[in-house]
Amino acid sequence: MASVPQLQRQFIEYTTSLHNEGYLDDQFTQLQKLQDESNPDFVVEVVSLYFEDSEKLLNNLATALQQKSVDYKQVDSHVHQFKGSSSSIGAQRVASVCVHFRNFCEEKNLEGCLRCLQQVKQEYILVRNKLEALFRRMMQLEQQILQAGGSIPMME
Amino acid sequence: MSLNCKTSGLNGRLLTRSKMRKPLRGCNSGWKWKRLFLFVWVPVVIGFGLSLFSGVFRKKMETCEDNSLVLVEQFNNVSKDLLHEVASSFFESDQITTLNCTKQFGNGMSTKHEISCTLKVPDHEHNAELWGQCPVHDDKAPMVQSSSVHEKLARDDNDVLKVCMWALFIIALCSPIRCLWMNRKGKMKKTEHAQSSSRSGGKWMKKLLVVFVLAGVSLSIWLFWYLNEGIQLRREETLESMCDERARMLQDQFNVSMNHVHALAILVSTFYHGKQPPAIDQETFGEYTERTSFERPLTSGVAYALRVRHFEREKFEKEHGWTIKKMETEDQDQTLAQDCDPENLDPSPVHDEYAPVILSQDTVSHIVSIDMMSGKEDRENILRARASGKGVLTSPFKLLKSNHLGVVLTFAVYKTHLLPDTTPEQRIKATVGYLGASYDVPSLVDKLLHQLASKQTIVVNVYDTTNVSAVIRMYGPEEIDTGLLHVNSLDFGDPARKHEMHCRFKQRPSLPWTAILASGGVLIITCLLGHIFYVAINRIATVEHDYREMMKLKTRAEAADVAKSQFLATVSHEIRTPMNGVLGMLQMLMDTNLDAKQLDFAQTAHSSGKDLIKLINEVLDQAKIESGRLELEAVPFELRTILDDVLSSFSTQSQEKQIELAVYVSNQLPEIVVGDPVRFKKIITNLVANSHKFTHDRGHIFVSVHLADEVTRETDMKDDMLRRILNGSKSNLACDTLSGLPVVDRKKSWENFENLSCKDSINEFEKIKILVTVEDTGVGIPIDAQNRIFMPFMQADSSPSRTYGGAGIGLSISKRLVGLMDGEIGFVSEPGTGSTFSFTAVFMKKETYSLDTVVQQCHPAISEFRGLRALVIDRKDIRAGVTRYHLQRMGISVEITSDFDSARSFLSDSDSSDFAIILVDQEVWDMESGLAFLRGLKSSTKLFVLANPISPTINDEIKSANLTATFVEKPLRLSALISCFQETLPAGNNRVVARKQSTLGDLLRDKRILVVDDNIVNRRVAEGALKKYGAIVTCVDSGKAALERLKPPHSFHACFMDLQMPEMDGFEATRQIRRLESTFNIEIKSAEVGHWHTPILAMTADVIQATDEECTKCGMDGFVSKPFEEEQLYSAAACFFESG
Repeated sequence: MASVPQLQRQFIEYTTSLHNEGYLDDQFTQLQKLQDESNPDFVVEVVSLYFEDSEKLLNNLATALQQKSVDYKQVDSHVHQFKGSSSSIGAQRVASVCVHFRNFCEEKNLEGCLRCLQQVKQEYILVRNKLEALFRRMMQLEQQILQAGGSIPMME
Repeated sequence: MSLNCKTSGLNGRLLTRSKMRKPLRGCNSGWKWKRLFLFVWVPVVIGFGLSLFSGVFRKKMETCEDNSLVLVEQFNNVSKDLLHEVASSFFESDQITTLNCTKQFGNGMSTKHEISCTLKVPDHEHNAELWGQCPVHDDKAPMVQSSSVHEKLARDDNDVLKVCMWALFIIALCSPIRCLWMNRKGKMKKTEHAQSSSRSGGKWMKKLLVVFVLAGVSLSIWLFWYLNEGIQLRREETLESMCDERARMLQDQFNVSMNHVHALAILVSTFYHGKQPPAIDQETFGEYTERTSFERPLTSGVAYALRVRHFEREKFEKEHGWTIKKMETEDQDQTLAQDCDPENLDPSPVHDEYAPVILSQDTVSHIVSIDMMSGKEDRENILRARASGKGVLTSPFKLLKSNHLGVVLTFAVYKTHLLPDTTPEQRIKATVGYLGASYDVPSLVDKLLHQLASKQTIVVNVYDTTNVSAVIRMYGPEEIDTGLLHVNSLDFGDPARKHEMHCRFKQRPSLPWTAILASGGVLIITCLLGHIFYVAINRIATVEHDYREMMKLKTRAEAADVAKSQFLATVSHEIRTPMNGVLGMLQMLMDTNLDAKQLDFAQTAHSSGKDLIKLINEVLDQAKIESGRLELEAVPFELRTILDDVLSSFSTQSQEKQIELAVYVSNQLPEIVVGDPVRFKKIITNLVANSHKFTHDRGHIFVSVHLADEVTRETDMKDDMLRRILNGSKSNLACDTLSGLPVVDRKKSWENFENLSCKDSINEFEKIKILVTVEDTGVGIPIDAQNRIFMPFMQADSSPSRTYGGAGIGLSISKRLVGLMDGEIGFVSEPGTGSTFSFTAVFMKKETYSLDTVVQQCHPAISEFRGLRALVIDRKDIRAGVTRYHLQRMGISVEITSDFDSARSFLSDSDSSDFAIILVDQEVWDMESGLAFLRGLKSSTKLFVLANPISPTINDEIKSANLTATFVEKPLRLSALISCFQETLPAGNNRVVARKQSTLGDLLRDKRILVVDDNIVNRRVAEGALKKYGAIVTCVDSGKAALERLKPPHSFHACFMDLQMPEMDGFEATRQIRRLESTFNIEIKSAEVGHWHTPILAMTADVIQATDEECTKCGMDGFVSKPFEEEQLYSAAACFFESG
């Protein structure tokens, strides 16, 4: 059994690794900060909301872009939504692809839009995997830490 | 003289030229050369001119002299009779030795010519050459002639002079032309490729130089030739004229004599043959001839021989009583001059006719009775004479007495007067006798030549050339070849005889010094100029070469410098990354279970690492600035807060060192300016750190900030403090500074600023220039180190044993940062007294109101103290001023007194309850009066002791007296003061206390908030965020839903609205809500319940899009950026929750 400080460090390290790899930004830290005793599962809740929402949006986008006459306005609003929610949870790579996506929408560039859709999907899947892994790991760690009698360290 | 004018003209031209050239660049060297050239030129020209001039003059004198002699001769011929009369009239009077006679000749023309004639009559009567000594200024023609000669000569000389002048002028011209050309070359070089052009230019120059030197040499050769030719010509002319003149004179004299002999012949014919018996006998003839011998200066004697035919011989012999003698046959030549007794001679043999001498001059009386016909030479002579009727000459022969060569002139005497066309036969018939005269040629010529000037210079030879194969020399020494020879033929009136006169100079011509000097001068000048130019060209080439080398080196050095900066930047960055890891790990290590020793080690390592990072950051900054990559931000910030921050970071250190640290900001400065607060802070921090490093245990560091304009407008200084500071530093009095120690004159630190006042900046209304001074009482900077103080990595003391640490990069960075802020930095320092650093920085102005809230937010307690009154007791004006400055920032009005007594009177004068705060500086405190004063205070008035650091004794004193006083630690700064006041002052205002703890949680607790966002994730996040601060959050997902909820009356305190939503966006939703509210307000107006206005805050990810304008236009109260940040959310919410 690892000691509490070790676990704490692992906990911090793992989150920072996600930061450093560019999947997440400060916003995620902010989210983590919002989580407290009164709202213990806040992050998980928000993130799972994000997953649901995103999957729905991605489906919408896919269908919208398969239409014969693509309604770019529609697409744009979907992408905007997707961008907003992504930046809300701090999935910055997804958000940045969304910015490109919106540019293509403005240009009404179907090819670009399709390419961006693929990218957005990839990034989304990546961040989803990462986040899921993170949550699993964090659950473990938290439990371990709590078992070991330490407190969950806050991110600076 | 023409020479002078020309010289001056030349000089003038040269000067104007040089004036013209002056402004041109690249002519400096040329100008130098020109000066040098002038130095050479002027003496050469002067010397040259002088020599020429004197030469000309001498020659003229000579010619004049000669001319006058010629004139004399001419005059002799023309008016000899006249003069003869005059002379003979004077002749008798021996007493007269010198006589000036002036005759005026009335001329046909109006002009009158004076002839002044000086006759020198020698003592000897015998000397008949009266007129020879008489220089005569004659009538017009000769005058004209002589003057024309003068003119001609002068013209010749002028020609020479002109040539010389031109030569020199051309040379003189060369230098400006060269200069001009080089200048043009220089210009060309700028445009063209430097290397090739300069190289070809150098070659070109060298070629030109060679041409120039060759031209100069050929010019000098030509000049020599020309001048020499002129000299030769003049020599020849002189010789010719002299020779001509001598020949003419000789001829004339001879002719004169001949005429006289002729006249004698006629006399004999008239008086001897014309009278019966003859009127002349030997005695008469002798006397007459003796007395008239002056008329025949060249004859040694005359004799008359009668023609006696053979049949008359006896009668004749009887008549005269002697026999006709024969000349010695063996020595024909000596006939007339033979010094022998005629008696010894044999009687003449029988001939057809005889010519016995019957009358003779006394000098030749020995030839009487000698038959002239018996001499072969004489006989021929006699025959020719009587046939022609003219005088005839014998060939020269030696005269006996004088042993000189002589000739005999023979005239025939006729019986009757014969007409010129008489035939020779008739003449022969008519002949009755012969008159002969012997001429002593050498003495004749000698006499003649003695009359002429410059007889020493020429040699005259006279020849008889009748027989070409055997020329007889009649006069003169053996001929020596001395070059020039002039031959004149002489006509002695006998066509059968030919005579020549040969003239030559006695000496060979001397070297033509004029020509040599002139051409030599030109040659020397040419050589000098050539050398100068050559050296100059070489020098130019060397300099150009060096210049190129240096340019190469410079570029290399610059490249190396850039590479260095980049290397620094890279290395710094590379070091920083692992250092972060080190520090992070150290931090975590410290969090683990360490024992005290380990923790100490870890802490030391951590702090060292931090220092290292700080240094690296500085180096990185420096490198960034150097490579031009640092850009300044432009954000609004509060100057005074920045300064407070700086102070607080140094507060511990200054307390340890017991240094007074204070800041003062002029009230002319706005609260908020736009600029780069981080860099600004950095500059001040660097300066303060620097001052701190060098100030030990006494004195102060005083940071003051003013407008640059304030300092420049000394006359109306609005800020009382500034005046005091400036005076304090000026007067150097110990009492008038912050700590009482002397400081340097801070004015000097900015007196070198080029642009202190910002009047000329583009827009005075938008920009302000501030002047920050940091004054310390440290050790000062040594004079020799002052000029390198801003150089990076330079230390005032760079010896290994230096006292002060540091990389020496801080000031350098500061200088560069100041430069980026369009400012200047300067300092003044006196070793032992201290240093003052000043810098200016330009910031943008910003209206204060928009950030008013921020200020309030930073120090929400500020308003709490507004309106209070404070009394500051401090004897140092400046320190009191600093205190007042801080209190005034809180809105507290301040009175200042210097000690307790005056403070007490102050309190009694006015209503003491007015004073809520009394601040006493620790220095002023003394136990007795302090405690007494304290006791006298009302309970509502609090006493604060300003201390640096807190002295325990005073604290004990107060405590032991059972009184209370609060200690405020210096350096004074707003936050410290506020917290101090809040603790101490009675909580008369509960709201303030509540406010003090006011956080976002308090602000939002139990507030009902509606969140409107179509994005479920955003909605959830916002909900979570707001819930965290205790708000009761309701979420809706569209504008319409929001409209439903916010239809008044409702229970929401606020609404956070997403701007971009499908169907109805945030703006539209807000507008509709406001519409609903306004209708409702009208409805309830009658009830007078109040005004319904729900605060609506926009939520947006894009701050730029959500400008104030757009939001306020549709009725929103503010905006928060997504994702939420605590501070921003707080400030936005605070706006309406506090007021509401």
